[in-house]
Amino acid sequence: MSPPLVITSPTTGTDWELVIGLEVHAELATVTKMFSGAPNVFGGEPNTNIDPVTLGLPGSLPVVNRRAVELGIRVGLALHCSVRRSTFARKNYFYPDMPKDYQISQFDEPLNVDGWLELPDGTRAGIERAHLEEDTGKSSHQGGDGRIHGAESSLVDYNRAGVPLIEIVGRPDLHSPEDARAYVSELRSILVAIGASDGKMEEGSMRVDANVSVRPVGDGELGTRCEVKNVNSLRSLVRAIDYEARRQVDVIEAGDRVHQETRHWDEEAGRTRAGRSKEGAEDYRYFLEPDLVVLDPSPEWVAEIAADLPVLPAARRARLAAAAGVTPGEVALAVERKLDDLALATIELGAEPARVLNHVEHNLAVDGAAGLDPAQFAALVGLELDGSLTATQAKQVLAEMVTSGSSPAAIARAHGFEAMDTSALEGIVDAVIAGNEADWAEFVAGDDKKRGKLTGFFVGQVMKESKGQADGKAVTALLNQRRDGA
Amino acid sequence: MSASLAAAPPQGTAAEIARSVRAGERSAREVLDAHLAGVEATEGEVHAFNLVLADEARAAADALDVRIAAGEDPGPLAGVPVALKDNLCTRGIPTTCSSKILAGWRPPYDATVVQLLAGAGAVTIGKTNLDEFAMGSSTENSAFGPTRNPHDPTRVPGGSSGGSAAAVAAGFAPISLGSDTGGSIRQPAALCGVVGLKPTYGLVSRYGLIAFASSLDQIGPFATTVADAALVLDVIAGHDPHDSTSIPEPVPSYSATLDRGVEGLRIGLITELMGEGIAPDVAARVREAAAALEAAGATVGEASVPAARLGLSAYYLIAPAEASSNLARYDGVRYGLRVDAPTTGEMMTATRTAGFGAEVKRRIMLGTYALSAGYYDAYYGKALKVRTLIIRDFAAAYEHFDLLLSPTSPTTAFALGDKTADPLSMYLNDVCTIPTNLSGDAAISVPFGTGDDGLPVGVQLLAPALGEVAMLRAAAVVEAAAPRNAEVRA
Repeated sequence: MSPPLVITSPTTGTDWELVIGLEVHAELATVTKMFSGAPNVFGGEPNTNIDPVTLGLPGSLPVVNRRAVELGIRVGLALHCSVRRSTFARKNYFYPDMPKDYQISQFDEPLNVDGWLELPDGTRAGIERAHLEEDTGKSSHQGGDGRIHGAESSLVDYNRAGVPLIEIVGRPDLHSPEDARAYVSELRSILVAIGASDGKMEEGSMRVDANVSVRPVGDGELGTRCEVKNVNSLRSLVRAIDYEARRQVDVIEAGDRVHQETRHWDEEAGRTRAGRSKEGAEDYRYFLEPDLVVLDPSPEWVAEIAADLPVLPAARRARLAAAAGVTPGEVALAVERKLDDLALATIELGAEPARVLNHVEHNLAVDGAAGLDPAQFAALVGLELDGSLTATQAKQVLAEMVTSGSSPAAIARAHGFEAMDTSALEGIVDAVIAGNEADWAEFVAGDDKKRGKLTGFFVGQVMKESKGQADGKAVTALLNQRRDGA
Repeated sequence: MSASLAAAPPQGTAAEIARSVRAGERSAREVLDAHLAGVEATEGEVHAFNLVLADEARAAADALDVRIAAGEDPGPLAGVPVALKDNLCTRGIPTTCSSKILAGWRPPYDATVVQLLAGAGAVTIGKTNLDEFAMGSSTENSAFGPTRNPHDPTRVPGGSSGGSAAAVAAGFAPISLGSDTGGSIRQPAALCGVVGLKPTYGLVSRYGLIAFASSLDQIGPFATTVADAALVLDVIAGHDPHDSTSIPEPVPSYSATLDRGVEGLRIGLITELMGEGIAPDVAARVREAAAALEAAGATVGEASVPAARLGLSAYYLIAPAEASSNLARYDGVRYGLRVDAPTTGEMMTATRTAGFGAEVKRRIMLGTYALSAGYYDAYYGKALKVRTLIIRDFAAAYEHFDLLLSPTSPTTAFALGDKTADPLSMYLNDVCTIPTNLSGDAAISVPFGTGDDGLPVGVQLLAPALGEVAMLRAAAVVEAAAPRNAEVRA
């Protein structure tokens, strides 16, 4: 993990430590809803992806979507949880976008418990549980300031109602906004990798609530936490947690205490705001959902799902890092771009790891890159290494390899990217010097700054004359050699 | 006692109707019209229906007759008029639960049982009255006024399926469907002198039954004969993928084995349901039924189910708790009644205040309280433990007996208004029927003579889960031994 964020009070000098636990809701990528055959698709005309069960019409009954359970188990296994016998419960509260005025969720017997998530740097954050539930509809309030209070009327779209969700409850193991970002980013990679969710925070298919508290460094007790909602991007998450932590420190240092409450992140104002104050704690009157039966996945089924899981990002990082002789953090981007299989295969063919990873990181953020033939990729790195291709040429050849599938040698030939021999290069360099006498004089006499600028100019001219075949580093070396001799 | 409006079905039993209609001896339309004439004559006094579907029924009967003329067989209930409790969803037809809160709502789908009946050739004649949301034992808690007992219109028909029981007792339909959460089929069957069957929980799909208490609700038939009840069960029983609590197993034919008698069956008279609170005349009829079963070859003994009498208090926590959640959706947002108010929250409150009757509100409050943090363990949690005890005690009794026997209702039909002021005395009506709902087992009420007041008495046969085959065989024996109605009324 990143170093903990420590906020030192300017007035008291106390060092405050941040404690963060994240609750992530992700919509599961099923074809139909959690408890009915209505389509699970984003968008659509309001109230078109609905059926009697979605609307909670009198007499309708829920039936558990097997695919949603399977995806839920995939999530649990990917997070190293125990998958267990579980039950559904009703969470009762009145709200217009909730068709039955209760939500079917899992309460005291969740599907997955006690797991962990490995961050890109190899550290672990605990997962308390990951359970199934149904999403609500969406209200939009007309008139007033867009909130339910003061609105003239409200419209409700039930397309999202009943969409399967997995709620992943993390333990309060995170201690900096950057950790929170890494956690969510990693969780999203896992959900996408296992096909459980598309993980789009902007579309709301992945929603993050952050439980934030502060305590003096070294204090074992947890402080009073606030739940920060309405965080719609990783950037907002970092900002919101940072703001909230500092706010809590200010509150405590001013002699007040932090009230346990839900706070909403206001992206524009860059601050969190208290939600409507509730009279006492909500009492959801949970009880076992009598319309559903126990969900007890057989060990055989769980084993089948486990066998079908792809290699997860943490394992992929470890594998590539070992092959490349670097840390997992250094190959995180390659794994995130799903180019680690390519990189690994290329390195295994003997290509220089540093150059392979460099290309993956800087030159292959394009569609189709994963389809590159490792042997050809290795050949390209070889050409680069033996000086046959300059870095610039290699980049261009690589791009064409992705689009055309041709071999690097053939592409290089077609472009006339032959290795220039030294005498030919010297000829061009000398010709360029001769043709730009005044600049050359300045280059020779000038200070480092001036010379740095002019180096670019001369290299550019040589590149032009050589039709891009010159190696920039070789040109610079020659220029300095000529200057020393001048 | 007022003049009886009870009448035998004008065209005979469902079995007779279906046989003759399938054989082309009678038209479905002719059968229907005879029943509609009965409705026309006395429904004004009985008030069994919230809605009589005369036009729709005629169209359905005519369509059946066309199919029969074309050589098709519409099925085992061909041309049989059926009355449906008005908490069963019927596509495009108002379904009210006898509540103001569902005003104007027409379901966009049929309940599974409604589809099955139509698929078997039955003709829906109307939607019957009930205690609002099936909460009650007298059909007096209806937003549309009470139903009267055809045997004596000054008396209640029982409830909550009072309309369905009265419709059969008055000859408006040979069969009807009700729902039974704590006795809502069996108790009105007993009070109206008809057969009423509560199947094993999960045997009949609940899809399209508007929920009162989901873990207890079960749909079942009313009929004038045990054979007709078995015939309807043959049609409506079976697994439904739309109901997760539906039992995923094939079902036998209940009609086929009905005449096999009770030779060798062990039948236990439930001690705890024969003493305190049970009217002596009712207890006497139950003992006579036991004697009849013994005479037919069964072994009859005393069975103890100690937790049975605890059922009532457990039930009045569990059922309201589930109801408080099931009835939350009637909030004025999506369908039914809406009473406008300045804010959404106030609109919900105003709608529910105006839309629900007193008994429904009472149970919503009881249930909300029982589930509340700080009270859950003492009330709902404890009730669940009692439920476990009841299941255990029944299971123990069924180790010694194949079937159990008890009264259905502690008394015969009581007068309208008699118990409305005292909810507790009303609740006590369900003492014999509730344990079966809590255990999830099967039970049937069979008419057996009358009480001292000349009104019908029902005896209850109880069976373990999926024990309907033996239970119906015994019911047929009890039915055959029962004093005939004519003797009763004399």
